[in-house]
Amino acid sequence: MGLNRRDFLKIAGISGLMGLGGKAALEVLRPGELEASLPKAPPTVAKHWAMVIDTRKLKTEEDLQRCIDACHRTHNVPKIPSAKEEIKWIWTEAYKNAFPDDEHEHLAESVEHKKFLTFCNHCTNPPCVRVCPTQATFKRADGIVMMDFHRCIGCRFCMAGCPYGSRSFNWGDPRRYLKEPTNPAFPTRSKGVVEKCNFCEDRLAKGQHPACVEASNGALVFGDLANPNSEVRKLLKENYAIRRKPGLGTYPNLFYLV
Amino acid sequence: MYDSGKIITGIVIFVILVTFPIWYNLGRATPPPDPKIDTPVIQALTEKKCIEPKSQMKYTHMKILDEWRHTVVRTQERIYTAADGKQYDMSLQNTCMKCHSNKTQFCDQCHNYLQVKPYCWDCHIAPKEKK
Repeated sequence: MGLNRRDFLKIAGISGLMGLGGKAALEVLRPGELEASLPKAPPTVAKHWAMVIDTRKLKTEEDLQRCIDACHRTHNVPKIPSAKEEIKWIWTEAYKNAFPDDEHEHLAESVEHKKFLTFCNHCTNPPCVRVCPTQATFKRADGIVMMDFHRCIGCRFCMAGCPYGSRSFNWGDPRRYLKEPTNPAFPTRSKGVVEKCNFCEDRLAKGQHPACVEASNGALVFGDLANPNSEVRKLLKENYAIRRKPGLGTYPNLFYLV
Repeated sequence: MYDSGKIITGIVIFVILVTFPIWYNLGRATPPPDPKIDTPVIQALTEKKCIEPKSQMKYTHMKILDEWRHTVVRTQERIYTAADGKQYDMSLQNTCMKCHSNKTQFCDQCHNYLQVKPYCWDCHIAPKEKK
């Protein structure tokens, strides 16, 4: 065996430099080259999706309804008359219900009687994900709190866990109220599963922004919170934004400008 | 043997009841499944070929679909690369059913024959068929 200690250390050193430090060494030698050679991410990929809702731009009931209709049409959400069985991905709430922590008896008039668009907050620390026994609800790397309907067993722990009421349970077959699917490219749900807003991950995969954002005429802005140059970050830098029930530590990713 | 009359009658009735499905269906052969692929989209194809060879699809389509629903929903990989290198959007509703738009003549033929009830269609929307 002709390998003495000196040779062994030499080989180990060189291979360590090539293997572990290879990328970094390349970066030191030719700065910028590595960055450019990596594939460029399309605009519908982000590290941390978030939404800014400019409630000042959503003036009338029609503005809100337009967003709701766009969402429910895209995802085949049925209109069920009974409030106990209703399915909602996006809906409206009065200030005192949406932001109970910030409520007091001398609210500004512009806010007091206003309706606020509410939907899944895609929390950074989502309680629904924590309680799901089958991991049917999980958090994607890009921040979207996603549901795998194939796995949902309908235990409704997530509905108990969600402090925002963002989740609905299918007590019956939703197709009873959906004679014609409004979007034949998207599935419906079945009896016994929970459903909620999916931040339009189906549309993001096709390079489109969420349906509510498209229908909002610029009142809803969707973007990457991890990117300091994104539009959401700019809006948050320039405006004071509030979130729903921040005291619970769920870190919601919907920001409201009021 | 005590009460042999009652016991033997009982056994005869029991055997008749248990074998009822066998002799009731005797001579009435259920037609074997005959999945049809004569949809307009398939007819228009120059090379009538599914994503993988027919022999393979026959036995593994359920495995492929199970894999697809997992990768699409949970890992956001939506492109399937077939053995021949062609790429497809992993979607039962939007890829499979675009060609096989005749669910009752294609899917249901074998599923009914084999008494399997996949719950795909509880949520996924089958294309409209002319009756």
